[in-house]
Amino acid sequence: MSIFDDPFDADSRVNAGCICGQHRSPAEHEHAMSALRCEPVVESQEKRYENVVASAVLRAVFPEATTRRAFLKTVGAATALAAVSQFFPLKTATEAFAEAGTPEKKDLKVGFIPITCATPIIMAAPLGFYAKAGLNVEVVKTAGWAVIRDKTINKEYDAAHMLAPMPIAISLGLGAQPIPFTVPAIENINGQGIVLSMKHKDKRDPKDWKGLKFAIPFDYSMHNYLLRYYLAEHGIDPDTDVQLRSVPPPEMVANLRADNIDGFLAPDNICQRAIYDGVGFLHILSKEIWDGHPCCSFAASREFITSAPNSFAALTRAIVDATAYASKAENRKQIAEAIAPANYINAPVTVLEQVLTGTYADGLGGVKTDPKRVDFDPFPWQSFAVWMLTQMKRWGQIKGDVDYKAVAEQIYLATDTRKVMIEMGLTPPKDSYKSFSVMGKSFDPTKPDDYVASFKIKKAS
Amino acid sequence: MIASLRLRAAVVSIVLLAVFLGAWHLATRSTGTAANMSPEYAKLMGMTATQGKSAMPGPLDVGAKLWEHLRRPFYDNGPNDKGLGIQLAFSLGRVMLGYLIAVAIAIPLGFLIGMSPLMSKALDPFIQILKPISPLAWMPLALYTIKDSSLSAIFVIFICSVWPMLINTAFGVASVRKEWINVARTLEVGNFRRAFTVILPAAAPTILTGMRISIGIAWLVIVAAEMLVGGTGIGYFVWNEWNNLSITNVIIAILLIGLVGMVLDQILARVSRLVTFPE
Repeated sequence: MSIFDDPFDADSRVNAGCICGQHRSPAEHEHAMSALRCEPVVESQEKRYENVVASAVLRAVFPEATTRRAFLKTVGAATALAAVSQFFPLKTATEAFAEAGTPEKKDLKVGFIPITCATPIIMAAPLGFYAKAGLNVEVVKTAGWAVIRDKTINKEYDAAHMLAPMPIAISLGLGAQPIPFTVPAIENINGQGIVLSMKHKDKRDPKDWKGLKFAIPFDYSMHNYLLRYYLAEHGIDPDTDVQLRSVPPPEMVANLRADNIDGFLAPDNICQRAIYDGVGFLHILSKEIWDGHPCCSFAASREFITSAPNSFAALTRAIVDATAYASKAENRKQIAEAIAPANYINAPVTVLEQVLTGTYADGLGGVKTDPKRVDFDPFPWQSFAVWMLTQMKRWGQIKGDVDYKAVAEQIYLATDTRKVMIEMGLTPPKDSYKSFSVMGKSFDPTKPDDYVASFKIKKAS
Repeated sequence: MIASLRLRAAVVSIVLLAVFLGAWHLATRSTGTAANMSPEYAKLMGMTATQGKSAMPGPLDVGAKLWEHLRRPFYDNGPNDKGLGIQLAFSLGRVMLGYLIAVAIAIPLGFLIGMSPLMSKALDPFIQILKPISPLAWMPLALYTIKDSSLSAIFVIFICSVWPMLINTAFGVASVRKEWINVARTLEVGNFRRAFTVILPAAAPTILTGMRISIGIAWLVIVAAEMLVGGTGIGYFVWNEWNNLSITNVIIAILLIGLVGMVLDQILARVSRLVTFPE
């Protein structure tokens, strides 16, 4: 799937050969559906904006696709572009377009937790993505999820890095007073792992894990839901057979060393850190539970969006841009170096590099390679939110009936982000829902209640 | 004879320190036995795993790192990475603010409580309940109601350091010798003058003891509060370095916290010697 549909390409077919009309061939459609992700920036932003503006103009001049193609075929793309710029000030239009609305508030504070999930939020500062969006953002390291929640609610932060289920929990008033929060972008997909203490080297079958103690970063986290899901699929009831403790990530390695816990499902650089220090080994990557699962999100309160819509749009643009940059494998080394200093994640560069490049030591003496160990894809699929809600329901965090669709659409701003992405010249997915499979069990976002009912192990509510 | 006692004490102190450092050094030496692993794998692993290096840093590591910090105590690499000098200044600023508010409230209030046996009895249960509450227990409540993290930190210092001063002031005022008050009464000294010229000087040593306990508590609290709230301060520094599992930096911070605490305590000890009078 190309980033943008190039109207200067005379060879592209008028009615593309796939069902959705977005792709040139059914094969390409298939490929795009399996990956379903926006691709990273190819050209510089200015160039891309120029193309977006030029295509818009060209489309306006020749609204009929067939005539447009015929014109392009006879004169050639370069001449067409030159001709268009003759009677239309492309440059000025591009500049006006790139500026969008002036941000109401330029100096923003964004909170983050020092883990690799926050990569786009953090790197956007040293690599200048915020500045490019016309913002002066201070990224502030925060001690824990509850603190980041309170500071964002108290408006000390304009926006923050949160675990993907947190904005849902805050909006529903679980563990806090209900305040409408939103997710304009997902930070990262994959990038977590189950790490076990060295002494459980031979206990690789989860069926033998009865009585073990596991740490998770927060109750309202993908880590909690994924670990519970994984255990339950192996016949272990996470509420009765094992102990799950909410432990701040940095304490996890110390606790694992001290033998207070047997393992954890934690965000990365913590997993790799435990291996780096020789305390634990990687049992599985979270990717093996659900490939492409969301983990952390970029969250802002509904109030911030209404009071400073242009700042919010600029912020979303910066994050989407940074995410696109981070999703390219060749940029990962540079990113690892940019975010390693004490001002940001504060971790050894080797550890971050292993996480981001996907060539890592597994803790058992082997070196593994998986370029998709962590990946970045900003699109806030509403089906992600529906899945999280089903798990909240499954484990008794939500009581009573849930209007899955309404909640997901309120919080996961797929429509707004799609608009921003189109303005930026990216091609976001057309749908806000997609089905996916978790450990081989497929999830249909249109039937959440059936999904919850289908699990044998759950907390009765 | 006194000088020689001091000398002997100093020698014993130094010997103890040397023994401690020596034991520390021996205990944290790397075992040198490199585990059997491929070089490609070893490159991805930390020193603890590859060279059997102890996870605990030795005194030499700490010394080198400390020197590094002392050489540039005031660098500023952005909002999340500042020099130790700056962090200490932030912490001291917060402690002073919270502590001064506590002084401003505890001393006048303690005076009133001490002068009235009725109020002293009536307020006693509240004070006794509020006194032993840990700073970390106040924190969520403060964050939730005050809605500002730096104000919350100051509030927590205030609420934790106010009680010893309040109790000591009330106690000091209540236990001024009856004869002195009676003398003042026979001389027909007014209430106000009696409070400032008789009771205050008599109660001053007790009040200062309370203040000395309080500054100690305030300094204890700041580290906990900053670890939770984050942003700036020595407590944040400890948390940030713990995040990176850098025990070396944590030890340095512990040393500095101890030193600053001692200095604060000594200052108040000096002041309290000034107001103490021989009877």
